[in-house]
Amino acid sequence: MRHFVEELEQLKTKLLEMSAIVESSIQRSISAVTQKDRTAAEEVFRTETRINAIEIEIDEFAINLLALHQPMAADLRLIVAALKINTDLERMGDLAVSIAERALSLMEGPIITPMIDIPHIAGLVQSMVRKALDAFVHRDADLARSVLASDDAVDSLRTACYHELTSFMEKDPTNIQQALNLMVVIRNLERIADHSTNIAEDVLFLVKGIDVRHQSEVRPSAVG
Amino acid sequence: MHAPNPQPSPDMTRGTRTLQMPMADDSRPAADAASKLSTDHLSFYYGDFQALDGITMKIYGNQVTAFIGPSGCGKSTFLRTLNRMNETVKKTRVEGEICLDGENISRLEVSEVRRRVGMVFQKSNPFPKSIFDNVAYGLRINGLATRATLREKVEHSLRRAALWDEVKDKLNQSAYGLSGGQQQRLCIARALAVDPEVLLLDEPCSALDPIATAKIEDLIFQLKSSCTIVIVTHNMQQAARVADYTGFFLLGRLIEFDSTTVIFKNPARKETEDYVTGRFG
Repeated sequence: MRHFVEELEQLKTKLLEMSAIVESSIQRSISAVTQKDRTAAEEVFRTETRINAIEIEIDEFAINLLALHQPMAADLRLIVAALKINTDLERMGDLAVSIAERALSLMEGPIITPMIDIPHIAGLVQSMVRKALDAFVHRDADLARSVLASDDAVDSLRTACYHELTSFMEKDPTNIQQALNLMVVIRNLERIADHSTNIAEDVLFLVKGIDVRHQSEVRPSAVG
Repeated sequence: MHAPNPQPSPDMTRGTRTLQMPMADDSRPAADAASKLSTDHLSFYYGDFQALDGITMKIYGNQVTAFIGPSGCGKSTFLRTLNRMNETVKKTRVEGEICLDGENISRLEVSEVRRRVGMVFQKSNPFPKSIFDNVAYGLRINGLATRATLREKVEHSLRRAALWDEVKDKLNQSAYGLSGGQQQRLCIARALAVDPEVLLLDEPCSALDPIATAKIEDLIFQLKSSCTIVIVTHNMQQAARVADYTGFFLLGRLIEFDSTTVIFKNPARKETEDYVTGRFG
């Protein structure tokens, strides 16, 4: 039993390592866009291999725990949540790579907007990522709920940014390439927020044993 | 996607617990199951020692109900009270009621109770007779078959116990020549021969290898369409595999009773959580 508990701790440690790397990768990809930081973008590309390797390592470790220990109740929920969070983190790493690629492309063209909304949406998304991961670390259901509540704000900002960029494109077709790059950045940030929401839902499953996925219309009562 | 699991709301006051039927959701078995057996404030004593403490619960018809808990928690004692088997132990006392289809079993003939509520034990215990005579025994002493129908009923019981194909050519050989798993299925066939409404299984697979265990578990699954099954097991994975409902016993009390999914995925009580995750004690 003690051995199993130690292995569960190892699983959590591996997942925290993955979380830290992915969070840092997202941070760098945003810096690459907002600060035109080429070095940050290149670091994101280098980190991707490491993230992919840890994803496989965590999956294998978790599947072995399921196969060898037949966990129940909270232990079962932890391992299932870890598998799902692992997948979300790896996707977030991929999205950071995509943002970094667009950052390089943006650096080569003219500035079409002061990018006021990019730092704003990026800040909100980073806050969601941090809260979702902190909620997992501290098994904090209230913090997880606060992440779910933030998702709508990110969606609204994305829509506002899309409108702004569309009008730029309409005004001057030479802006199209840069505007499309920014749209992809915003879209990827919004998807990172969606993955943070998934992680927050997994934390609620882990801590409370409840499943709140796909209940946006009833979410306030389902998670309140 | 299923909704959050609503928990049953047991009144856990000592001696007055009432465990209600769990609310239905899609993680639960069909809610049309009717109560076959019920106990009301059931307590049981071996001399001065209280082995069961005020257990009130329902066992649903055509469902498999498993009882889990550490050694000495009272789960086997509880099982044996359900067909009055504990009356064979001296200096014991029962308080409270056990009802079978709403009738208090203490007011029924004990032979009727044991015919309607059959039992299979941890260690297979075939009689020192032929395979055929083992299964025919209950039919003969209850006068439930004529000479002409006896063979047909024996075959039917052996088929229900998934043993017929393995023994049909050696029905007159001693039951002791069968393997452990076959002997246990023979005991199930013997119990089924008198057509019980409820089958009590007291750790039926604890002495069997994984293949024989899988056969018994398949059998349990098939039998529940015609019989209500109650199983005591130390093997939590087995309870998770075969049972629709699971009850957790501790120190003579029924701590938690809910759908098996809830008990093993998200139990309401810390004691249950500690036991199913192996952190007990």
